[in-house]
Amino acid sequence: MSGQCKFKNYIWELPLRWCHWINVMCIVVLSVTGFFIGTPFSFGRSASDFTIGWIRFIHFTAAYLFAVSVISRVLWSFIGNKYAGWKEFFPLATDKGRQKFIGMLRYYLLIDKDVPETVGHNPLATTAYIGLFCIYSIMILTGFALYAEHAPGSPMYRVFGFMYAMFSNQGMRLTHHFCMWLIVGFVINHIYSAWLMDIKEHGSEISSMFCGYKFTVKKED
Amino acid sequence: MSQWDDDAKNGLIERNYNGREYSVGEILRERGVSRRDFLKFCSAMTAAMALPATFAPTVAQALDEVKRPPLVWLEFQDCAGDTEALLRSANPTVAEIVLDILSVDYHETIMAAAGHQAEAALEKTITDYKGKYICVVEGAIPMKDGGVYGCVGGKSHLDRARQVCGGALATIAVGTCAAFGGIPAAVPNPTGSVGVREAVPGATVINLPGCPVNADNLTATVVHYLVFGKIPALDGHGRPLFAYGKRIHDNCERRPHFDAGQYVEHWGDDGHRKGFCLYRMGCKGPATFHNCPTQRYNDKTSWPVGSGHGCAGCSEPAFWDTMGPLYKRLPNVPGFGIEHTADEIGIGLAAGVAAAFAVHGALNALRKDKEPSDETREG
Ligand code: HEM
Ligand code: HEM
Ligand code: SF4
Repeated sequence: MSGQCKFKNYIWELPLRWCHWINVMCIVVLSVTGFFIGTPFSFGRSASDFTIGWIRFIHFTAAYLFAVSVISRVLWSFIGNKYAGWKEFFPLATDKGRQKFIGMLRYYLLIDKDVPETVGHNPLATTAYIGLFCIYSIMILTGFALYAEHAPGSPMYRVFGFMYAMFSNQGMRLTHHFCMWLIVGFVINHIYSAWLMDIKEHGSEISSMFCGYKFTVKKED
Repeated sequence: MSQWDDDAKNGLIERNYNGREYSVGEILRERGVSRRDFLKFCSAMTAAMALPATFAPTVAQALDEVKRPPLVWLEFQDCAGDTEALLRSANPTVAEIVLDILSVDYHETIMAAAGHQAEAALEKTITDYKGKYICVVEGAIPMKDGGVYGCVGGKSHLDRARQVCGGALATIAVGTCAAFGGIPAAVPNPTGSVGVREAVPGATVINLPGCPVNADNLTATVVHYLVFGKIPALDGHGRPLFAYGKRIHDNCERRPHFDAGQYVEHWGDDGHRKGFCLYRMGCKGPATFHNCPTQRYNDKTSWPVGSGHGCAGCSEPAFWDTMGPLYKRLPNVPGFGIEHTADEIGIGLAAGVAAAFAVHGALNALRKDKEPSDETREG
């Protein structure tokens, strides 16, 4: 079949790919360092070591990078090509989108056997991405609010004033901690799906996230 | 023998109208507090107010000259722990000085007067010195059902608070219960308890939370008023910045162990014996603002973390409900019947997702898919 996929389409532009892989890197770093912040092991051999100090420093540095990357991706959805556009993320808002969504769902639930091929994002995936972006926002908001907690009255603390009103102290930590596991759940699903679609669509799904190109049978409209 | 000593002998610390004309310095001298002790006290207060040592002579001079403000001490829903903390401040001269600087006209626990006599003393002070006396409140104020859940002398705490705090120059809410409702206000708060600020919205309230209040902070607050003629700068929760401006975690003597990565992992383990950081044992120092690490309790003898127990976060609003659990870093996930930590649920979730997709992958591999036709495919 792959022989038929002869048209090469530029789908994922450079900023989108950068954001994706920076996010991946940050999430891995944030989860590992975050785990150690939550359950610190006694790495230190002497009181003049700085192991948890460094782990926290790395967490906060990666946190800033992550926040910038997430915000950039949101902005890109208004600047980039149609595959990156914000409309892609609300397939349920249009008839065509709903149809594709249901087709995809039936395929995933092993009801249909037709592989629904998509050039850009598939509608099931973008719906999950919306959920993921909500979790990103929660992580960034709770993260920076916890970060600013040491300096009440500082500009950052005031910006997050609404967070302290919404969350109790420990509730905020618990939320920040628990949402890490939601991201882990997403990632397992996501990598599996990328791999599955790479096999089924023959469009070089996975490598498209590196090089930007996907292959199709027809010339795209 | 002075009029003062008569009063002291009577056990009734009652207003002494001649004594009022004396300055604090004169009264202390009369009471036999040596100049040296007085200056030591002034230095300690300067330090407690987080002022540079060069301020000590200013403090001494101001206290020498200033008149004693009348003070009434009200107890509501409390355990008298703050009174205990004040009376038992280990250094006797400090305790004496505190009580001598303040002309305590009414204090349910320590006054000798009882019944109508005591109530009359209170009435007299608050009418004669309206707008000039300091009111110290210890304990929360029940608001539910019109405030029927607590009364002294036939008057509900709520009415008394409105009457006394409303007419005071300033109200100092000592201890977490008076400041934020504390333990009486903990969920489910059966009596609808609140702190003074909430019960008497118009009053000028300085919150000195803590369980109990650190008597040094109370004295320093009063001294600040006597020296500078105004109440100290407060933070967003109405707490003086000099005492609550720094986070426990940032002044903690165990902090190097936190940054180094040296933790107590079990009570009594090697790390505990070596004085390592109590973060893993649920220390709430990273979220609590108080000067415990520097001011300490009982004449600077020790404080919870200093003696090997994590900080409970007692000086923060609603600490009983929001700072728990005491001995663990994070609460359990609400809504799960049995005790479940976020990590147990998270690992379960991740394992569930992984298992579901492993099965999905296997089923998929066994199926023959239909290739999309040219009509159904998008590109
Ligand atoms: C995907 C993103 C992130 C993940 C997976 C993550 C994960 C974690 C985890 C597991 C903890 C330990 C929580 C605990 O047990 O108390 C933690 C702590 C923390 N994280 Fe993140 N984090 C992320 C993003 C951020 C961001 C964007 C910030 C912003 C500055 C941030 C700031 C913090 C802070 C300040 C703490 C320490 C909280 C404390 O003092 O208790 N995190 N993180
Ligand atoms: C922390 C791990 C990861 C997260 C949070 C994540 C998140 C995302 C998000 C949000 C998108 C949408 C891209 C956009 O519109 O900006 C996406 C797309 C994609 N990701 Fe990931 N990703 C992760 C890891 C990976 C890995 C390891 C792979 C490779 C196996 C991968 C392959 C892809 C592919 C192929 C797409 C395009 C699929 C599509 O939606 O049509 N991702 N990912
Ligand atoms: S013992 Fe508590 S306050 Fe002290 S460094 Fe450790 S976590 Fe911070």
